[in-house]
Order: sequence, then structure tokens, then C-alpha cells
Amino acid sequence: MLEDSPLLVVQDLCVSFQTRRGLVKAVDHLSFHLKKGEVLGVVGESGSGKSVSMMSVLGLIADANAKIEGSIVFRGEELIGLSGRRLRALRGSDIAMIFQDPMTALTPVYTIGWQIIEQIQAHQPQPRAKARERARALLAEVGMPNPDAQLDRFPHQLSGGMRQRAVIAMALALRPALLIADEPTTALDVTVQAQILDVIDHMRKTLGSAVILITHDMGVVAEMADRVMVMYAGRGVELAGASDLFEDPWHPYTWALLGSIPPLEGARPRRLLSIPGSPPSLIDLPRGCAFAPRCPSRFEACERRPELSPGDVHQAACFLDQAGRMRNKAIASENGVHPA
Amino acid sequence: MILMLIRRLLQMLFVMFGISVLAFAIFFATPGADPSARIAGRNATPETLIQVRHDFGLDRPLPVQYALLMKRLFITGDLTSFVNRGQEVIPEIVASTPVTLSLVLGAALIWIAAGGLIGVLAAATRGSWLDRGLMIAGMIGVSMPVYWLGSVINLFAQSRLHDSALFSWVPPLGYIAFGDDPLGWFKTLVIPWCTLAVLYAGLYGRVLRGALIESLQEDYVRTARAKGLSESRILLRHALRCSLISVVTLFGLDFGALVGGGALLAEVVFSLPGIGKLTFDALQTLDLPVIMATVIYASFFVVASNAVVDIAYGFIDPRVRDA
Amino acid sequence: MAVTDLGADTIAPAMTKTPRDSEGVWSIAWHKLARDRLAVVGALIFAAIVLAAALAPVYATYVAHTDPFHSNINGEIVIDGKPVAVLASSTEGLGLGQTPIGPTWRGAYLLGADDQGRDVAARMFYGGRASLLVSFGATAICIVLGAALGITAGFFGGLIDSITSRVLEILWAFPVYLFAISLSIVTISQGLTIGWVTIEASSLLLPTLIIGIIYTPYIARPVRGQVLALRRTDFVLASIGIGCPTGRILLRDIFPNIAPSLIVMVPLMVALNMLTESALSFLSIGVQAPNASWGTIIQDGQGLLYTRPLVAIAPGIAIVITVLALNVLGDGMRDALDPRSSARAGTAAP
Repeated sequence: MLEDSPLLVVQDLCVSFQTRRGLVKAVDHLSFHLKKGEVLGVVGESGSGKSVSMMSVLGLIADANAKIEGSIVFRGEELIGLSGRRLRALRGSDIAMIFQDPMTALTPVYTIGWQIIEQIQAHQPQPRAKARERARALLAEVGMPNPDAQLDRFPHQLSGGMRQRAVIAMALALRPALLIADEPTTALDVTVQAQILDVIDHMRKTLGSAVILITHDMGVVAEMADRVMVMYAGRGVELAGASDLFEDPWHPYTWALLGSIPPLEGARPRRLLSIPGSPPSLIDLPRGCAFAPRCPSRFEACERRPELSPGDVHQAACFLDQAGRMRNKAIASENGVHPA
Repeated sequence: MILMLIRRLLQMLFVMFGISVLAFAIFFATPGADPSARIAGRNATPETLIQVRHDFGLDRPLPVQYALLMKRLFITGDLTSFVNRGQEVIPEIVASTPVTLSLVLGAALIWIAAGGLIGVLAAATRGSWLDRGLMIAGMIGVSMPVYWLGSVINLFAQSRLHDSALFSWVPPLGYIAFGDDPLGWFKTLVIPWCTLAVLYAGLYGRVLRGALIESLQEDYVRTARAKGLSESRILLRHALRCSLISVVTLFGLDFGALVGGGALLAEVVFSLPGIGKLTFDALQTLDLPVIMATVIYASFFVVASNAVVDIAYGFIDPRVRDA
Repeated sequence: MAVTDLGADTIAPAMTKTPRDSEGVWSIAWHKLARDRLAVVGALIFAAIVLAAALAPVYATYVAHTDPFHSNINGEIVIDGKPVAVLASSTEGLGLGQTPIGPTWRGAYLLGADDQGRDVAARMFYGGRASLLVSFGATAICIVLGAALGITAGFFGGLIDSITSRVLEILWAFPVYLFAISLSIVTISQGLTIGWVTIEASSLLLPTLIIGIIYTPYIARPVRGQVLALRRTDFVLASIGIGCPTGRILLRDIFPNIAPSLIVMVPLMVALNMLTESALSFLSIGVQAPNASWGTIIQDGQGLLYTRPLVAIAPGIAIVITVLALNVLGDGMRDALDPRSSARAGTAAP
């Protein structure tokens, strides 16, 4: 295996849920890949399929009505359809996941130390004292003051930021190659958000883990991500390097997302911009491009579903070519949709 | 933690006081008939009535009556029955207590174990036939009057199937003290234990199942799965531990219902000479002093055990300790 | 850079969706309940039992041709053309005393006679009446009183709440059966007289009142909790803020939000009250003679348990079926009204 072969390759991932009202397609032919040590930011609004797609990597979707199709290859191993035992072996030790709300993420009746030690023992059984020392070192690594005392505290005795640090420490206890962070800062105060992002960044540099960072906050993406994937209605609509995305976004949805951020400089907008209309129902997706109904730049070709453009540097699921983009961006910026 | 302890104990004392006042009010102040006639029982002679009026201070204001009653119940302990002339009530109660305790504690152990097993099995196999079957069986158990079930069991164990291998070991209805014959003690109690347990095991199984299923949908279970823990470990070490809380709360409630009612009925049906049987006999003869004493003592016991359960709660759920 | 609204012609028409006709909470719940087969079966069975109890006189007069309330020690009935004594000399044991006739599986004395020579089956029909009347009446009392207390304490707060809560705490802590025993013992001998209202000792109203009162805290406490939480919600605060009169707030904001849980409590409380009534009647302090209830019949059957077991067993089966049907219905209603619909447990009764 080549040294720079991707860590994770997702190909045509489809996750659908059978409900009484119909088939809900939460993730619709999603494809992307992730290199070792890379930080991939996944952005999109609520319901875009970001969480569901990443949870299916670890097989964490517990719904009996769910159907997962496609391919998720991690280090050469196909994860979809993997045996429960093998999945459990991977979880926590090779692929770790942390979630949005630190207040409820930890079991309330056990101490932090107990839970971190549990994570360690689950994959690398060792004498308790040794595991405890390891846990203490991890807590210190994530910047907890007085780590020795914190080991014996209960989750409800810590603040949100401290809890999230503990969660990160626990997730990274076994130096996983991939950390999936599902909106890790959304539930925290703004000041604490920056701290937590720093912790994640520091840990990944120390351990060399790749990170998939799910967020709806473009600011977080700008700060942390190497590459960015924009999702809409369960589909990947744009994939690019972070700086490329901010300087030269290709997809009209990305334009609208970026445009909706209030600017720090220039004239103060009288109204906050929003994208007219609402996301499509996942039971009743449009046949062509999912964004077309709301897209100011749509034209006849958009009746067909666009695939992600080829290549792996900058891709967009849109029929606009380079010329079309420049033309439409100009119109859009006149209308105030995209800051020129 | 200490603060919580003290607060809980104070609350317990307040409730006990309230119950004693309420019971007193019911027995002495219910409009309708002369309390002395009630206390002295049917066919009381005029001398007895005068005696009663004097002993209980019925000519004096209510608070004084209350104080006198409390004194006789707890301090001097010289409450006597008038129906069974001169029978000392308090020593009777004390003598009957071990029987009731044996019955209640044994039954509680069995139903907790059975309920736990049922709840865990049902939650682990949620939606399966086993789950549905267990829940329906539990529901049937809850719908049965305990005294009726006891009668049915007696019918088979004492009469119809008594000679069969299944029930030949069953002793005649009654109680054998542990000190006299441990095995006999066990034999007289096994069937009453199971009868009481049938009722509650089903209920506890359902409560536990519900609590477990809710716990399994919590975020910390998602975290535990992401850690790579096995489903059984998640169920037993994480979900169960957190579900215990609602079960413990329920236990406190039911213990009260059990001691107050279920145990009473079981003692009657199985002829166990506990406090319940004592109360029942007094009910038949309208022997008020006995009933007053048993009601107040039993209520105090229930309130005290609820306080103990609440304090134990603090050990199970660390979040309450600092409250 | 001037900001302009996107002109109507440059906006692609947003995908419009016809809003679904919003279904009310009640219609959703009703449909959900109707789909729950077990609950529907429970409801039907319970309805059948109520109907049977209502038709008690019809049974006694036209089917059994017996009088279930008067002793019939020397009576005789005709089976297959031969006269049979209702109470015959005992052939079991030492041959002392009399044994009532066993089940004839015919119109008269379908399930046999009790030790007074009365038709057990006919008594069971009437007994069902008494049990159902007492249970329903007690449920009505405890729900109305409990809701009133709970709403008062929860909504008005302050001193009213403190006092009410303390009282509820004590009532709640008084073990239910001991409470019932205390109340019963002082009223069954001479009835109850408050002012000019007198209730006879043999009236069904007495056990109804007693059971209704002892279970009031079971309703009052959860209602108080709910109302306390509702009081703090934004929509109630808004109503208070615009100066809405208290009565209106209670009627429009508070009550509709606690109504679902009250409704769910009805079948479950009827079941609980029925078990309590039968236990008290068994102990001879519930329904009093000349009325009969399923509990009193079981008590009547205690002496005949080994010889004529059906006298004690049959009413118990009736109780189990009725209570089970109610529990199943109550569970179904709870699931139907609860949006999360996860299985939870029921209440207990000894």
C-alpha cells in the first residue's frame, strides 16, 4: 500500500430510512476521500446529511428501518456490512467520534477517570494503575487543570468546556487514525469554542490523526480545515481546499452560504441575507439538481442531476463551467448575494 | 451529603408527625359517633365508657387528647384492648413484627431479582416474542388481587394437589419461627413470598424495561458505542446503572403499599400471625385501640423505610449528593 | 455596495409545498389508539363487562330465576327433572354441616350456591355493579379533587402551594391501605354525619368516598408538577403579561395541556380503585351488606374454598379480566397520547 493512499474512501454512500410517509433519503450518493492527517471540514445546514453520513462510517445508526448502501473503505477495509465484532474493535481505537453536546455525552454515574479507563481497557487491557496514569496524562494533554483531581470527578461537576476536553481526551486515548467530530463546539460558549478547537488541533498534530470536522459554522472551517466538503440535501455539492473554497467557490449554494455571513468590513448590510425558499423534503427530492429550485443561476441543464466534477483538487456538482461561473457570480454579487 | 441527610431526616419526622395527627383526627374527631363508644367496642358497659373517657381524656381539648394518645402509644406503651379485655397492644405488635418483616423482606428480594431479570431480558430483546410475552405476563400479574391469588394457590397446595410431589412438602397454613426451625420457617414462607412477588415482579420488569429503553436512547449510550464497548456491557454497566434510579423510587412507593396492604392480605390468606393479621382480627371485632396502634406503627415504619430508600438513592445517583 | 432585495423575477420560484392540514392532538391520538389492537380489545371487553353488570336484574330474573340477596337455605331446585336441595348435608370430611350445591352449568345456580344458598352467578352480576360503581365514583372523585388541588398548588404558588404541598405530602405518605382502614373503621358501624348530611353505613357512597379521598394525592402530585412547569412556559407568561384573567388562563392555557395525562389516568385509576375496593371488601370494611361486590363474594367463599372453590375463584377471575382490560386500554391510551411512544410502566396495586 502506497504511503499516501487515502485513509478513508467513501464512494456513492446512500443512507435511507423507511418511514410510514415514504423513503427518506438522508444521504444520496455521497463520495469523498480523506488523506492521513488531513482535516476535512463538512459544512451544510441542518438536515443536509452531514451527521448521518459520518455516523454510518462507524455503523452507529441503530435504526432498524435504515438502509446503508455504497462503499466506505478505511485503510483498505470495507466498513459497510462489517461484522459487529470487527466494527467494535475499530471503534474507539482506530476511528473515534465525538458529538455535539458535552453535557449529555458522558454517563452521569461514573467518574471521568473511570470512563476514560474503560475506553482504554476495552481495547488494550492493562493494569488499572497504568491505565489511570495514561488517563491522567491525557487530561493534562488536553489542557485540564489539576488532572489528577479531575479523574475522580463526575461529569455534572465540570463545566461544558471541561467536559468536552474530557470527551476529546477519551476519544483520543488510543491514538485513533481518524477522529470524527460532529459539531463539537456548537453547544459551547463562543470563548470556549476557540479553546476546544485549539485542543483538537493540538491533539491531531501530536497524534497525527485525520479529522472530519462537521459544522455549520464557516468560521470554524476557515480556521481548522485543510479541505472542505459542502453538503446539501444529502449530497456533496462542492469539495475543495479550504483557501480555494473561500477565494473561488464554484457552487451557487456555497456562494449563498458565504454570502449569508455578515461582513466584518465595508458597508453594513441593512438586512441579513438568506437563501429564499427552503431545503427540499428528503422524501421527495427533485429529479435533477437538488438546489435548482432555489438557485438563481439555474438553466435547462439543471433538470439532470449533476455529478461531482472529476479531479480531486476542486470539485463541484454543478453544470456551470468556468465562464458560466464568472458570469453568474458577477450577477450574484450585484444582487448582493455574493460579496465580490 | 450530610446536609441532604439531615434535611431528609427532618422531613421524615415532619411527615410522621403529620400522619399521627391525621390518624388521631380520623379516630377521635370523625363526626358521627361518640369516640368513647368506638374505642370501648361493642357491648361496652357504662363503667368501661367512663374508664375510656378518662384514659383518653375525651372531655379535654383535642390537643390534649392527641398528647395522651401519643404518650400511651410510644412512651408508656400501656395501650390496652377493650374487646379482648386487658390485652396489651404494644407487646402484641412487637411480637408480630418479625413475622411481617420476614414476609415483606423475603418477598422484596425475590421480586427485585425477578423484576430485574425480566426488565433486562425484555429490554435486550426489545420487540421480540419474549419481550411481549414477558410484558403481558407481567400485566396479568399486576391485575390479580393478591388475596385471591393466595387463595387459588392454597387451593392447590393445601388441598387439591397437596399429595402430589409438587406440594407435599407444604406445611399447613401458619408460621414457624426461624429460631425454632429454619427449614420450617422457610417452608411456611416460600409460597407467600412467591405470591407477593408475582404481583410486583411484573410491574418492576415493566418499569425497568421502560427505563432501560429510554436510557439506551440517551447520548451517553451513543458515546459508549462509539468507544467500541459491547452491547451487553453498555446495557448492564451504563443503561442499567442509570435506570436503577427510577426503579428505586418506585420501590419506595411500593414498599409502602406492600406493608400497608399487600402484606396484610397475604398474612390473612396464609394465616401468618404478623401485624397484618393482627389488624385484620381487630377489624372483625372493631377493636379500635389495636387498629390505632397498628396503623400508626406501620405508617411510621413505611415513612422511615422511604427515608432510607431516598438516602440510598444518594449513593446510587451522584448527582443528588450535592443537592 | 448597495444591498437590494433579490427582485421577484430573479428568484427562482421556491419549491412550494402545500402545508399538510395540521392534525389536532386528539385526532392523532384517536387514530393511533384505534390502530392499537390490544387496547381496542381491552376497551371492548370492558364495555362488555359494564353491559353485563348493568343487566344484572335481567340475568337474575330471566335467566337464573333466583334472588341473589335473600338466603335460600332450605330451597330446592329442579335439575333434569329431579329436585335437588340447595344446601345438602355434607358428605365430605366428618359429614358435619352443609355443603351448598356446586355449579350446575345451567340457568339457575350456574356457578353453584354460597353458604347462604344464594346463586353465586347472579350475585356476581350484582357484585360487578357495585364494584364498577364504586370504582368509577372513586375515580371521578380523586381525579376532580386531585386536579383541583394540583392546579391550585401549582398555579398560585407561594403560601397556597406550601400549605397544599405539605398536606399532600402527608396524605401521600400515609400508606393507602392503612388510610382506608382507618377511615372505614370509624364509618362502617354508624355511618357518617357531617352537619345535616348523613350517609348510611351500608351505602355504596361510603367506600366510594373513602377510596376517592385516599387516591387523591396520586393525581394531585403529578398534576401539581405539570402545572408548575406549565406556569413557567413562555406562552403562559405571555398570557399573564397581557393581563389575561386567571380563569381564562386556567381554562385556555393550563387545562388543555394537562387534560391528556388526566385522561390517561382514568382507566388506570379505575383499575387501581377496583383492586382496592375488592381488597377492602374482602377485609369486610369495603362494600357492606346487603350490597355485594366481587370482593365480598370472595370473602364469602373463603370458608368453602376447599369444597366449593368456584365461589371464591370466579369473582377473582372477573376482577382479573376487568382490571387487565383496563390496564391494557390505559397503556394504549398512554402510548397514543405520548408523542415519543416508548413503552412505560403502569401503576401498582396490592
